[in-house]
Amino acid sequence: MGSSSLDTELAVLERDHLQLLLDILGKRGYRVVGPTVRDRAVVYDDLASVTDLPVGWTDEQDGGIYRLKRRNDGALFGYAVGPDSWKKFLHPPVVRLWRDKTGGNGFQLVEEDEGVPRFAFIGVRPCELHAIAIQDKVLLNGKYRDPSYEARRQGLFVLALNCGHAGGTCFCASMNTGPKATFGFDLALTEVLEADRHYFVVEIGTELGAEILREVPHKAASQAEKATAEGIVAKTAGQMGRRMYTTGIKDLLYRNYESPHWSDVAKLCLTCGNCTMVCPTCFCTTVEDVTDLAGEHAERWRKWDSCFTMDFSYIHGGSVRASPMARYRQWMTHKLATWIDQFGTSGCVGCGRCITWCPVAIDITEEVNAIRRSERGS
Amino acid sequence: MAGLPDPMVPSPLRVQRVRRETYDTFTLELEPANGADGFSFAAGQFNMLYAFGVGEVPISISGDPTKPQTLVHTVRSVGAVTQAICKLKRGDVLGVRGPFGSHWPVEEAAGGDVVIVAGGIGLAPLRPVIYYLLSNREKYGRLALVYGARTLQDLLYNPELEKWRGHFDLAVEVTVDTAAASYRGNVGVVTTLIPRVQFDPLQTAVMVCGPEVMMRFTLRELEARGIGPENIFMSMERNMKCAVGFCGHCQFGPTFICKDGPVFRYDQIQAFFAKREV
Repeated sequence: MGSSSLDTELAVLERDHLQLLLDILGKRGYRVVGPTVRDRAVVYDDLASVTDLPVGWTDEQDGGIYRLKRRNDGALFGYAVGPDSWKKFLHPPVVRLWRDKTGGNGFQLVEEDEGVPRFAFIGVRPCELHAIAIQDKVLLNGKYRDPSYEARRQGLFVLALNCGHAGGTCFCASMNTGPKATFGFDLALTEVLEADRHYFVVEIGTELGAEILREVPHKAASQAEKATAEGIVAKTAGQMGRRMYTTGIKDLLYRNYESPHWSDVAKLCLTCGNCTMVCPTCFCTTVEDVTDLAGEHAERWRKWDSCFTMDFSYIHGGSVRASPMARYRQWMTHKLATWIDQFGTSGCVGCGRCITWCPVAIDITEEVNAIRRSERGS
Repeated sequence: MAGLPDPMVPSPLRVQRVRRETYDTFTLELEPANGADGFSFAAGQFNMLYAFGVGEVPISISGDPTKPQTLVHTVRSVGAVTQAICKLKRGDVLGVRGPFGSHWPVEEAAGGDVVIVAGGIGLAPLRPVIYYLLSNREKYGRLALVYGARTLQDLLYNPELEKWRGHFDLAVEVTVDTAAASYRGNVGVVTTLIPRVQFDPLQTAVMVCGPEVMMRFTLRELEARGIGPENIFMSMERNMKCAVGFCGHCQFGPTFICKDGPVFRYDQIQAFFAKREV
């Protein structure tokens, strides 16, 4: 790049120099996390080296189906999203909120003060950038701010990845959330594999991104390289495994709140909550108050929760949403309709995880279609 | 209490007094354990009450908003946490977060009539309204309290009910669902009393709190009396873990009971109120 200011020009980073980028982030004190293969799935965890990435792997995804398969090349990011999302770092599944200092009668509670790491996320997909922006709205933009989320969110470094492979359940193109990153990153890569060359076209999103790129060998992207990267993203957009028709979706779901169709899907739904656990925007939590055996010291822990449990809506007298029908309706209506009234955005980013990880292959895109069809009376 | 860095961390308050209201309901008077300031709140708001080591529940404030030095809660013992709270004695410490949520429109209601309709423990969140109205009596037209409980043994605030009955400018109607044949008072559900209350339908604010089924039938009666949904206010209840809009549990359609409620103008939730399992 050469120039010092924030530049809209694209750069090229050779594959063999990506390790230097990770090293620099590590040296700057970041905890570098990204995709890696574990238990035959792509999960997000600590990365020591580029070789920890799922090199040469891809995935097959469909309703209730997820399989890793070998590619015939050395692609580092040649797969779609797996069961993990970045919320496991920013909004962790289990967090201690406070503990008491003194114990017993006259307790004094102190806020959790354990330091949180500064994260560098490697390979954040465009739909996931949107998911993070949505959780920001929920946890940081209201009257109250979630201090635990805020501490983790501050100082986050994001290396985004424009998608070169659409999964079988992907529908970001329908949700306008991908497959190209448009905001929320420090650097964004497009991976290019050619017969004799493997490189990344790099877009700079922030001054920090530019600063870090400057420490790694790179050059300005040629017109041909830019066109290649554009072509990859455009091709991915045309390969979406699913599609969702979002026109008027909020009113559609409000109008059909009492549609008999909800009972049809409830006959399949196991109310297992998988969809809420894998969803990158689902934010619901519960708390657990615990003590030591003597009952003298207490702590409060916050844990991910799911609107598919009976406990979730329990008040004196019973659960408000006792039927699976009501719980599925709550989840999907929240995701696609009430979320818009609450936070000014859809709660769905089209990542397809809820379809892939549903054990009975319930498909949110197909459920929307079914409600539309039921309205037309066919 | 306000200005805590983390809205999730309770402050310790010390129990000054416990009053037994009924066989399962107790009123606790609390004062800051650490010499902090009083507890300002608006009628209708709630706190999260934490029984040490047991858990936390949302409970409306039932005291007088003009007397913030003492925080008053009326708690019915129905689950693990409320049982632990109801066992507290003078000098014990209770964790408190709050106050949270919206409030009854007592100021907006000035100049007109006010009707309060309460069912069971639903009188507790409305008692601050009665205190407020009585201490600002000249600002309002006719005032009425309509209160129903399951039995005579379930009636809350008996000494105060008798005192309020003694006011010539406050109509108090009380009923119980069932009573012995020898009982001379009203027997029947609370909605049967609404036709008796005098008010001007065009200039009346109605404030309702009780079980959802009771509120549903109350709305029907009020509609029959010509009260519009924009003049009806109701306090809603859902499971709550955080009270600040993060945990997701208290959603009711597009609203969060904790931050958009618990007090709603009926037309804000009308689209969902008639539906089941929301």
